[in-house]
Amino acid sequence: MGIVSNLRLAAAATGLIAATMFVSTTAFGAGDVKDPDSQDWHFEGIFGTVDRAAAQRGLQVYLEVCSSCHGLKQVAYRNLTDLGFNEEEVKAIAAEFDVVDGPNDEGEMFDRSAIPSDKFVGPFPNNAAAQAANNGALPPDLSLQVKAHIGGPDYIYALLTGYTEAPADVEVPAGANYNPYFRGSLIAMAQPLWPDGVTYSDGTEATIDQMAWDVVNFMQWAAAPEMEERKKMGFKVVLFLIILSAILYAAKRKMWSNLDH
Amino acid sequence: MSAGTNQTGGTNSGLVKWIDSRLPVFSYLQKEYAEYQSPRNFNWFWNFGAILTFLLVMMIMSGIFLAMQYQPNTALAFDSVERIMRDVNFGWLLRYLHQNGATFFFIAIYIHMFRGMYYGSYKAPRELLWMLGVVILLLAMATAFMGYVLPWGQMSFWGATVITNLFSAVPLVGDSIVTLLWGGFSIDNPTLNRFFALHYLFPFLIFGVVVLHVIALHVSGSNNPLGVDPKGPQDTVSFHPYYTMKDSVGLAVFVTIMAAFVFFAPDFFGEPENYLEAAPLNTPAHIVPEWYFLPFFAILRSVDFDILFIEAKLGGVIAMFGAIFVLFVLPWLDKSPVRSAKFRPVYKWFFWIFLIDCVLLGYVGGKPTDAPVFGGVESFQIIHLGYITTFWYFAHFLIVLPLLGIFERPKPVPKSISEAVLGGGSSGAAATAKPMEKA
Ligand code: HEC
Ligand code: HEM
Repeated sequence: MGIVSNLRLAAAATGLIAATMFVSTTAFGAGDVKDPDSQDWHFEGIFGTVDRAAAQRGLQVYLEVCSSCHGLKQVAYRNLTDLGFNEEEVKAIAAEFDVVDGPNDEGEMFDRSAIPSDKFVGPFPNNAAAQAANNGALPPDLSLQVKAHIGGPDYIYALLTGYTEAPADVEVPAGANYNPYFRGSLIAMAQPLWPDGVTYSDGTEATIDQMAWDVVNFMQWAAAPEMEERKKMGFKVVLFLIILSAILYAAKRKMWSNLDH
Repeated sequence: MSAGTNQTGGTNSGLVKWIDSRLPVFSYLQKEYAEYQSPRNFNWFWNFGAILTFLLVMMIMSGIFLAMQYQPNTALAFDSVERIMRDVNFGWLLRYLHQNGATFFFIAIYIHMFRGMYYGSYKAPRELLWMLGVVILLLAMATAFMGYVLPWGQMSFWGATVITNLFSAVPLVGDSIVTLLWGGFSIDNPTLNRFFALHYLFPFLIFGVVVLHVIALHVSGSNNPLGVDPKGPQDTVSFHPYYTMKDSVGLAVFVTIMAAFVFFAPDFFGEPENYLEAAPLNTPAHIVPEWYFLPFFAILRSVDFDILFIEAKLGGVIAMFGAIFVLFVLPWLDKSPVRSAKFRPVYKWFFWIFLIDCVLLGYVGGKPTDAPVFGGVESFQIIHLGYITTFWYFAHFLIVLPLLGIFERPKPVPKSISEAVLGGGSSGAAATAKPMEKA
């Protein structure tokens, strides 16, 4: 009995999936989505590097604005030394968060302050709690968001700076917000950035554009912390391979020209 | 130059001789990889066998090191791959080599196969050699499909859902097959576990078939751009050092291109959504397989109508597997006695049309079925292009090739390789190398 109904379920799921697959996918009116403008990022290109000042400010934006809804679970506090923070600063940042540890010798779980080797502590204990706090929408973990969208950095920048009044013909239900860059234009995230939402210690003016710029720089680093090492090594490897190819080609020509016939 | 008389490659080592007289591995290598007589007129398209061998070894090595850190458990898999990317020494390099390696494996396989089609390498006496190649393609597809599930991202999960569900179209036993693939009634931990086990196993099966492929090759000898069998020593050179040298050049260039992607654009071929962890309740808007499956995916989707008593879904599955099966029987569909397209004025055109058809199928497979083709008019949709290109894919094999065998007038074929390559009045050393490098 159970097996049969399970099979029915599987069959129904199959039908549903086949439907999503065979039927087109423009249900969200993909045509209406606005294309993000392309920005001039410091990390682009084969010599591109992390703009550390921007990424440090971006960390501040993340901590003071985004982290009330979004986690960053793939990144450890100690990784922040990559951005130019020293160990004391990293310890101080970590210490602001509590983690559950244990069990201790009595078998009890206990709270302690986070230390640099801990991963970033998220705002919610689990996805259900996150959804409950956000009208049923799940704020995604931000560790990989830059890589998870086509043209990630440009898209997220456009999304964060792109909130506007909805056009007259678009009805915005409660709990939704109009953003022409989001698929379907209605996003559950309320506009997170407002002028002077943070106070930068380096005196940079905290405009919406500036904060969006900074937090994207930070998120790019968080998504690909290996980027600088990768490009540096890549430059050497590719240069070596080009020279090797040229030498091998010359040797091959020489060898084949001796071929008698 | 080569030590023709010495069975073990000119070594005087007593140990080598001692081993060789008991287990003739050295003389085997000497015979099959050094003295092996190859036509002297290979062009650069003959590099891809060596490139594929290199890539297979690279995939196995990077895969084994990944497997030391990877966790085949739905709760841990995604994070374990991220841990490899971030915390394992050079883990990002391993992972990006493996991921891009799969892409370049298929680039190389497809070039290798189209090479075979252009120069008629599947014709007698190389039918089994060709069929073993198709087996390798099938195994590589299965391997890559299961590997793509391992990081447990959104596309991993939903791609696996779509593809495994196809088997439910099989009459009578369909649902049992799906249950067997899943290890239960949904894609879950048992599915991931068995896919990991099989993903680890299959590359070694591929390795075994590659060995058979090479044995078959060395029985019939290599084909060449002229498609004419070598008539004697004037037509061949020994594999080592001439082709080991030439293969090294091709391999170095190929690896340079691959490295450029690995280091500078590692996610170029990847699907961004696979950087989101699998969420079984949240279907992505647009499920697409990896690029190397797109032509077959297009064929699957293009049969969206019932054919007599065969339902559309089963029809699509049959067409998709048929697209590969037809490759097995290709040697018997093409009846022309001439191998190389160089001497087949009509086939040559159909070859290029077929190649374009496959590229278009790839394009079709990556788009929603009701999108306008190339963003053009609304009434000419992707699905329509899908019908045409799918029809042509099969027509090429089942109609065009058999008819060409009857009606095409091939051009005169040169008597021998050396006549074609060295003849024609030009003389001197430079002329030996030049013509061989042209496709
Ligand atoms: C009040 C809670 C809240 C805050 C604060 C917040 N977000 Fe969000 N965010 C959400 C929710 C909820 C979603 C899911 C939206 C949806 O699916 O409609 C979301 C989605 C996103 C997405 C994914 C968009 C997509 O295309 O899937 C990104 C990127 C993002 N937020 C970035 C940020 C950044 C950067 C900040 C800080 C500047 C921030 N968010 C602050 C709640 C929040
Ligand atoms: C022909 C050879 C092979 C091919 C074509 C292949 C293909 C793939 C592909 C496409 C992926 C997904 C990559 C991604 O999106 O992250 C993958 C992942 C993986 N493969 Fe392989 N693979 C091969 C050999 C092997 C071998 C021999 C092993 C050894 C155990 C292995 C272990 C793994 C592991 C652990 C993963 C998951 C980690 C990851 O996703 O990066 N692979 N493989």
